[in-house]
Amino acid sequence: MSQNDDLNKDINNMGKVETEDATTRNEEYSIGDDRRVKSLSPGALVRRRFFRNRVAVIGLAILIFMFVFSFIGGVVSPYSQDQLFYRNEKTSKSYASVTKNDKYRYMADDASFDSVVQAQAMLAIVKKSPQFTFGDKTFNLTEEGKDFYSVAVNGKVIGLCYKEIFSSADGATKLDFATVYAGLKAYTNQATTFNADGKDYTIDSDGVVSKGGSEFGYISKYVVSASSSDVILSKDWKDALISAISNDDEVFKYKNEKGVEFNYELNYSPAKLIWSVKQEKETRVYDMYSQPSFKHPLGTDKNGMDMLTRLMYGGRVSLTIGFLVEIIATGLGVILGGLSGYFGGWVDMVIMRIVDVFYCIPSMPLIIILGAVMDALKVDPMIRMVYLMLILGFLGWPGIARLVRGQILSLREQEYMTATEATGLSVKRRIFRHLVPNVIPQLIVSMTMGLGGTIITEATLSFLGLGVKFPFASWGNIINDVNNTFVLTNYWFIWIPAGVLLLLTVLAFNLAGDGLRDAFDPRMNR
Amino acid sequence: MRKYIIKRVLISVLILFVVSFLIYLLMRMLPTSYVENLARQKSQQPGSKSFEEWMHQLSAAYGMDKGIVSGFFIWIGHAITGNFGDSWYYTIPVIDKFKNVIGVSVYMGVITMIFEIVIAIPLGIIAATHQYQTSDYVISIVALAGISLPTFFFASLLKLVFCVKLGWFDLYGLVGRNFEQLSTGKQILDMGYHLVLPIIVLVVISVGSLMRYTRTNMLEVLSQDYIRTARAKGLSEKKVIYHHAFRNTLIPLVTIIGGSLPGLFSGALITETLFGINGIGMVSYNAMVNGDIPFSMFYMVFIAILTLAGNLISDILYAVVDPRVRVS
Repeated sequence: MSQNDDLNKDINNMGKVETEDATTRNEEYSIGDDRRVKSLSPGALVRRRFFRNRVAVIGLAILIFMFVFSFIGGVVSPYSQDQLFYRNEKTSKSYASVTKNDKYRYMADDASFDSVVQAQAMLAIVKKSPQFTFGDKTFNLTEEGKDFYSVAVNGKVIGLCYKEIFSSADGATKLDFATVYAGLKAYTNQATTFNADGKDYTIDSDGVVSKGGSEFGYISKYVVSASSSDVILSKDWKDALISAISNDDEVFKYKNEKGVEFNYELNYSPAKLIWSVKQEKETRVYDMYSQPSFKHPLGTDKNGMDMLTRLMYGGRVSLTIGFLVEIIATGLGVILGGLSGYFGGWVDMVIMRIVDVFYCIPSMPLIIILGAVMDALKVDPMIRMVYLMLILGFLGWPGIARLVRGQILSLREQEYMTATEATGLSVKRRIFRHLVPNVIPQLIVSMTMGLGGTIITEATLSFLGLGVKFPFASWGNIINDVNNTFVLTNYWFIWIPAGVLLLLTVLAFNLAGDGLRDAFDPRMNR
Repeated sequence: MRKYIIKRVLISVLILFVVSFLIYLLMRMLPTSYVENLARQKSQQPGSKSFEEWMHQLSAAYGMDKGIVSGFFIWIGHAITGNFGDSWYYTIPVIDKFKNVIGVSVYMGVITMIFEIVIAIPLGIIAATHQYQTSDYVISIVALAGISLPTFFFASLLKLVFCVKLGWFDLYGLVGRNFEQLSTGKQILDMGYHLVLPIIVLVVISVGSLMRYTRTNMLEVLSQDYIRTARAKGLSEKKVIYHHAFRNTLIPLVTIIGGSLPGLFSGALITETLFGINGIGMVSYNAMVNGDIPFSMFYMVFIAILTLAGNLISDILYAVVDPRVRVS
């Protein structure tokens, strides 16, 4: 379709619209009057053609949405880009463990009661024989009480075998042999008092041993030990715990003297014969990877920052970088391409060879290497962003220079340029009033399409961790989290929204660019 | 014709020379602290050379102790003979590493290109012959969407759907776990199986531009006078399109496809890295990120050569295929 066809079509269409109005105005203008046909300025024509292209309008609408989302959204959002969120998390920490003693334990007063003799004593207990020999010694085994035996050589007690365990009140003091012997003997025979080393002790039915009115120790089958050494377990707590265990409770609640209630979780492991006591504790943690909710419509990221707000600021960064890069590239491209095209000759030769050289510079490897160097030198993220823009802009101009040069070369030969020369216009006026305006449509199209490409390049680099860096957000570095396979699998809300926004923006730039090209120059097909 | 080719080749060599100089300049412009840090890290690895030896080796290979120009000539003298030194990251000669990994990248590239041509050209022609109809809009928008898709996002999506949710493919790697136990035929199948997703990514990303190019050129040809003449003669539409129009569309297509042939060797940096395929793209990415100067220098020069070769081939092909260019 040629431009004239299209123009004629436009004019015809306009004619149709006009005819309705024209019937009312027919009396005012004669049939040959120019005013009967409404003429549109070139700009209005372009606008008309653009808005008639539905796909391009969709692209434009997406772009407007993206700009509002990124630039206004960031302001409207109640959160800031690097605001951290916390949550209180309940964690069960192992607090204590309880073992019910079902095996004989041994206590020796003499080194001769070693593990071999202990084993022999065990055998004798099972066989219920009152005597056993080992080596050249004969040992006498006496049943002192229930599950409590003493081992004696030549009338002197050298060891004890017992199932009830006598522990001191503070849990730390080691009890001496005589006290244990007397205490256990008394407890297993249901006596309430005993005497050891000249001191008197009393035992109550719960196995609490008191000395002179104060608690001295406990005798019990249950061994309660704290998981960390800085916790001292009180008798009261232990009693409450043991009664909970004997009730087969799964939860254990304890109120201390001040009335503060603590919750514990009880777990019995049959394999190890141990009850583990876990205390639920609240800890304040970063609210990372929280699911979408009313407070955070797209959840939070790995640092506990609001995802939606990050996306808005990310869009701001991505779009700003895209625009600045295109402006730098287009500026350089227009100047160098314009010089080359207008002056020709050796200027053209030199500039075009520079363009050839720049075309061959592998941009992606170059940027990756520079990114790695900046990583190693720990360049400030803000300065990095500026470098990134400069590098991308500086690598992007050759294409635009070629385009401008080609345009100017062909425009120079047009009749109207000859006319400007013939009418004696100044060089400045000829370039800026007549040449440049005719290149601008091409430039706008190439900038629009180029923006999409630049945004993808920036996102790719940020994705690789070589572009925009934390704490700044960019759509690319938001998706970067997907390198963690756990995020890829479980947290769609971290990376899919960013990817969709990125895709839509680039697509919209391309659609709008296509539409603009068609609108500016109907001769050129997509 | 021969004169034209010789002229083009000479210009290309000159450009390559300048580009290599720029690449060399970039290496020389790296902050000394960065290079020294790298060498120091290397020297601390078990069994490594001392720091002085590393620095000495670097100076010898790149003429660091000389001026920039004479240093450049020392380096290019080595490079011309294919001696790019030993890779720092892979600790074998750069050229050896390159030979080990280039194969898979080329296979991947060739398969991708075949799919690209088979899909893009017919669809481009359909779009052009049905201009402003639904099929045209659908094809154009799909092509644009492919161009607009960021590789890494698309690859991640495919991984989520096909590797995680459906479990059809492995997340990473070129070979399966039991690769060593398989027979040769099955080994090839296994590798092919692991290449399915990367090739889908590459095809979807790259097919759009060729499709649009085909469409544009087909439309251009269809608006020519000789097509109108053919129609006026009363030829069937099929004959007009496939006999007269398509053959002329082939001219730009052949040149652009010919020009992209060297690109088959450049590897797919992002796709290979994301899918863990040990091709030239991933190998050079790791080298560059880890500050492997010898390998990075080689890769940059290699890519520059490929770009130049691509331009050269398409220019020459254009002259060979299109008789109109040859006359003028």
